[in-house]
Amino acid sequence: MKKPYAFEVKDVAKYYDGGKVKALDGVTLQAEQGKIFGLLGPNGAGKTTIVRMLSTLLSPTRGTAKVLGIDVDKEPNKVREIIGLAGQYAAVDEFLTGRENIYMSGRLYHLGHAEAKKRTADILERLQLTDAADRQVKTYSGGMRRRLDLGASLIGQPKILFLDEPTTGLDPRTRLDLWNIIRDLVAGGTTILLTTQYLEEADELADHIAVIDHGKVIAEGTSDQLKARLGGDVVEFQLAHKRDLATALKAVASHAKKEPTIDEDGLTITVPVKDGSRSLMAVVGALNTAKIIPTSLSLHRPSLDDVFLALTGKKTQTSEDAASSASKKGKK
Amino acid sequence: MSMSKQIRNEISDTVVITRRNLYRYIRLPQLVFFSSIQPIMFLTLFNFVFGGAIGNGTAIPGGKYINYLLPGILAQTMLFGGLQTGIGLAEDMGKGIIDRFRSLPMSRSAVMAGRTLSDMVRNLTVAGIMLTVGTLLGFRFQNGFINAIGMIGILLLFSFAFSWVAAFLGMSVGDAETAQLASFVIVFPLTFASAAFVPIQTMPSWLQVFARNQPVTHLVQAARELALGVPSNGAIWKSAVWSLAILSIFVPLAIARYRSRAV
Ligand SMILES: Nc1ncnc2c1ncn2[C@@H]1O[C@H](COP(=O)(O)OP(=O)(O)OP(=O)(O)O)[C@@H](O)[C@H]1O
Ligand SMILES: [Mg+2]
Repeated sequence: MKKPYAFEVKDVAKYYDGGKVKALDGVTLQAEQGKIFGLLGPNGAGKTTIVRMLSTLLSPTRGTAKVLGIDVDKEPNKVREIIGLAGQYAAVDEFLTGRENIYMSGRLYHLGHAEAKKRTADILERLQLTDAADRQVKTYSGGMRRRLDLGASLIGQPKILFLDEPTTGLDPRTRLDLWNIIRDLVAGGTTILLTTQYLEEADELADHIAVIDHGKVIAEGTSDQLKARLGGDVVEFQLAHKRDLATALKAVASHAKKEPTIDEDGLTITVPVKDGSRSLMAVVGALNTAKIIPTSLSLHRPSLDDVFLALTGKKTQTSEDAASSASKKGKK
Repeated sequence: MSMSKQIRNEISDTVVITRRNLYRYIRLPQLVFFSSIQPIMFLTLFNFVFGGAIGNGTAIPGGKYINYLLPGILAQTMLFGGLQTGIGLAEDMGKGIIDRFRSLPMSRSAVMAGRTLSDMVRNLTVAGIMLTVGTLLGFRFQNGFINAIGMIGILLLFSFAFSWVAAFLGMSVGDAETAQLASFVIVFPLTFASAAFVPIQTMPSWLQVFARNQPVTHLVQAARELALGVPSNGAIWKSAVWSLAILSIFVPLAIARYRSRAV
């Protein structure tokens, strides 16, 4: 028998205000076990709605959601046994210590005292919170709260972990730490649904990416597949003198996949190529033979940013934009 | 899952949540302090302001005004304290903590049962403080130890019942400030149009009809009977029935709210 999908949503919709707000409007997704599934989308796209649906907090207006083959709407309690949720805003108890927060979650997964205590200590260690473990959470920084929130969702050793924008508002260093923790979890066999507004994050972590906007999936695939949709690599170089332009174009013509484009300055030439670095070497060789020394030369791959822009007509946020908008947004 | 395991989990979840809420009261003792300040102010002011006007003596059931007043203020305090449950739950909801609990494989009633139970413990503490202050102002139980315990019991049962009303409201509005305002709207008419502070005969007749037949009056009369031996025409039973009836309606309503996954 085929392994069931880690999670699966079929044609789900969620309408509010009698259908005026379509938070989700017919989304179908399937995630394989043991991988990171990235859900990428701008503000209001419907990311949190999908997470809430899969984590039994919300029932769909239409369609079905399943986790490891279990229907979320029919058997929510069975689903709760196998999932962990770290929501978009850290849900931790201010007046408990970090240790008490995680331990409490453990007890609510019905672990015995000794087991809950042991796992709590392990998780605190893994999330580098041991030193602060016995301080009340109200003294924690934002990044520490996020890690603690993640820790509380790990204590049940979930098979499927839902992380809703886990790195929003974190500094680059802390974000890298969290990325490593996420990678470790997947290496240990956990499946992760990760929502993010950061392309580099999806690019870096996710095995499979779904881009959503306005409650609909607008593209899906691996990060390479998504980039390939934009036409692949380009070699870009700049000439020292305009008089070399014709020679240069002639030299690289046979290596170009499509017609090269020339910048307004008449010096910068962009050549779409088939084969990344191999094509780059060929272009260098051809220019060399033609005795042209460019002032600069580089190989570009389209970033997920380019993909996103092409798909949605919107620029995604850079990490910095998002961090500042997240801090403005504050708590729900 | 076997039945007994399920019951064991329900109890264990409720204990975990109760303890979590009690930690809050222990670590922020000012919370309990300030929830006692207001009723103590009421008790002291009413005693000295109305005590003179209404006077002590045989006209007042219970002899001294403080004896008459304290069960009334206690009833008000229990109602008010019970309604605090809604504020606590709405706060947890706003912080996303309720969502976390809802995503866990825990019992569906434990979050609210734990909250109402811990609020009952807080109310018991506040009642203890008020009895102490009352005693300093001259209050004395007139009806023996067992009945004194009975008075505290009937008051706590009432606060527990209204905790569940508040749990339902808090889960419905989902916002601490709204929950707070809603609780004022419930507390003031019920306590002032009751036998809590002044005899009902002194009210206009249209108001007497309401005042005679509402749960706070029955509670106050029950508390006075138990504390002072003033006969109350079955108010003890009426009050108990009120509390149980409120529980039988609002426990299922609140749990249904908690389970709801509409938004
Ligand atoms: N309870 C609700 N009532 C009405 N509209 C809602 C409700 N919840 C969500 N929405 C709407 O549904 C849409 C999707 O919301 P959702 O929270 O899923 O977006 P998101 O992708 O998580 O956005 P963000 O990146 O800002 O967190 C938004 O337009 C939002 O306003
Ligand atoms: Mg969101």
